[in-house]
Amino acid sequence: MGDLLRVIKDDGSTDPELDPELSPSDAVRLYRLMLMERILDTRMLALQRQGRIGFYGPSVGQEATIVAPALALDAGDWVFPQYREPGAALARGMPLLDLVNQFMGNAADAVHGRQMPCHYVFRAGNYMSISSCVGTQIPLAVGAAWAAKIRGDRIVTLAFFGDGGTSTSDFHVGMNFAGAFHTPTVFVCNNNQWAISLPVARQTASETIAQKALAYGFDGVRVDGNDALAVYRAARDAVKKARAGGGPTLLECVTYRIGPHSSSDDPSRYRDEKEVERWRLRDPLTVYRRYLKHLRIWTEEFEENIEKAIGDEITEAVRLAEVNPPPPIESLFGDVYAEMPPHLEEELEDLKRVRGR
Amino acid sequence: MPVMTIVQAVNSALREEMRRDDRVVILGEDVGRNGGVFRCTEGLIDEFPDRVFDTPLSEGGIIGTAIGMALYGLRPVPEIQFMDFIYPGFDQIVSEAAKMRYRSGGQYTVPMTIRTPFGGGIKGGHYHSQSSEAYFCHTPGLKVVVPSTPHDTKGLLTNAIRDPDPVMFLEPKKLYRAIKEEVPEGEVTVPIGEAKVRRKGRDLSIFAWGYMVNVSLDAAERAAKEKNVEAEVVDLRTLVPLDTKAILDSVKRTGRAVVVYEAPRTGGYGAEISAIIAERAIEYLHGPIVRVTGFDTPFPYTLEDVYMPNPDRVLAGIEKAMAF
Repeated sequence: MGDLLRVIKDDGSTDPELDPELSPSDAVRLYRLMLMERILDTRMLALQRQGRIGFYGPSVGQEATIVAPALALDAGDWVFPQYREPGAALARGMPLLDLVNQFMGNAADAVHGRQMPCHYVFRAGNYMSISSCVGTQIPLAVGAAWAAKIRGDRIVTLAFFGDGGTSTSDFHVGMNFAGAFHTPTVFVCNNNQWAISLPVARQTASETIAQKALAYGFDGVRVDGNDALAVYRAARDAVKKARAGGGPTLLECVTYRIGPHSSSDDPSRYRDEKEVERWRLRDPLTVYRRYLKHLRIWTEEFEENIEKAIGDEITEAVRLAEVNPPPPIESLFGDVYAEMPPHLEEELEDLKRVRGR
Repeated sequence: MPVMTIVQAVNSALREEMRRDDRVVILGEDVGRNGGVFRCTEGLIDEFPDRVFDTPLSEGGIIGTAIGMALYGLRPVPEIQFMDFIYPGFDQIVSEAAKMRYRSGGQYTVPMTIRTPFGGGIKGGHYHSQSSEAYFCHTPGLKVVVPSTPHDTKGLLTNAIRDPDPVMFLEPKKLYRAIKEEVPEGEVTVPIGEAKVRRKGRDLSIFAWGYMVNVSLDAAERAAKEKNVEAEVVDLRTLVPLDTKAILDSVKRTGRAVVVYEAPRTGGYGAEISAIIAERAIEYLHGPIVRVTGFDTPFPYTLEDVYMPNPDRVLAGIEKAMAF
């Protein structure tokens, strides 16, 4: 179980036994989403530094572990994200503008500026609302899968979390219930080596995270998280197995958080830049480019065109989002309950009186 | 019309709602074959073998997966065996269930009813006796319902299960089998958010919930006989959203207020009721608001009867309020 599943070889060719054999258009779609996430991250961090958005949590280096599992799902499946997977939301069909409006917390934000940036939701793509609490989504994913099983719906739920998340009680609880009730759940651990300042070696004494699945009675698979085809292959197999009634799987995607934990974090306080440089050599985009080149899809021109198109899309989304005003004060009191109870009506009226409206 | 205990009323409401709506499912520790440690779910697994689940011993798992079920579209009714054991699931309740509608702009909701026995009176020591409703009342997004009679138990539980938001349904375990009354078969509903005057009185208002309603009623009878004081007893029935109008109507009529709760005094939900009365009806009061409560100690075993408010202590509270 210590071995890493790898599909893309150093020359860009693939292991024929493991190659998921994506169609050329799917192969490009996967690349485009990863690149979108990379460029979006760079732009949003810059906007944060300029004070145009309040906070950002980048995912540089983890694009393969984020996009590939989402693409392995069917439309009816559900995603229970952590907070570092914008590429998965986009893969589930969330419009870029909706995402940027959420980062800005404006009147067009579907959640009315109630959550800090990177805490979006997209019901149309069965993409669950995001909590900052690490690990709480894991039992939720198991419960939804269990509910689907009760109803006889052949859907799969997928939960994302990090190496830090595997130390939470909710991880244990979720894995245990998934094993006990044999739920159609795929657990994707993006082991990015660092939970803010704590390295994974101090997060757990287990040799691997994948091996933890053994204790709960189901399979754990360890994947090179910077090889998008390996992640896709492992996720696709796990999803297929879950859908066929084969129960849950834990995927450990071994990757690296190249950037800071968030826009508020300074990783130079706790880790050596040389380690970051070593991981940059296995950048998931570089690895995947070799594969696309091998397929004779990737050229300098292809790259320029796709980068420009993505850049223009983001520029336009930011332009459209920035003209939106902040949410109205009434939105503060909505959606606490299905119907506003009298005490909230009174609080809203009091607030309006004080504000002279 | 059948005569039911609160245990039987819980069972009847669950059975009726499970028959009416196939999205209603039950999960918890020992709720299946064993029928629950208090027997509230007795026999339900026979009628609904695919919708009643004995779970591993994990309150966080019971509540976390129940939230996932509710998100998916079911109407889960998880049972937490004793409210004292709810804390491993507390994060899931306050961070996920309570905030889901708000943080998703209404895209996702959690129509779940957490049933749990609460309160003292069964010699259960620290961990089978607590009355921790205040933690939940302090969390926007939750409704908190506390019946004190079999009829209300059936009607309120029915409405809780049908409610589109998460409901904490706190069952006064001291009363589980202590009182019986006629409760109709079939559908019984009682609206959430409405208090009920259990005893009319002109001199003073007592506000209580759960087992403390009965203690207050006993004290009110004694006050009438021994002191010639007619106390009104208001059973709040729902703590959130609170029937503020019923509280103010009563206290404005009587001019005196005694709030009775068995939780520790400091930060208890009765403090909120006292504050509401002080803010909105102080000009009607003849004297200070009096609280009769548990103590700011952990819940004791041997001296349980000393810890819990009883008719003597409520009567002393009545005297204190009547002194002005």
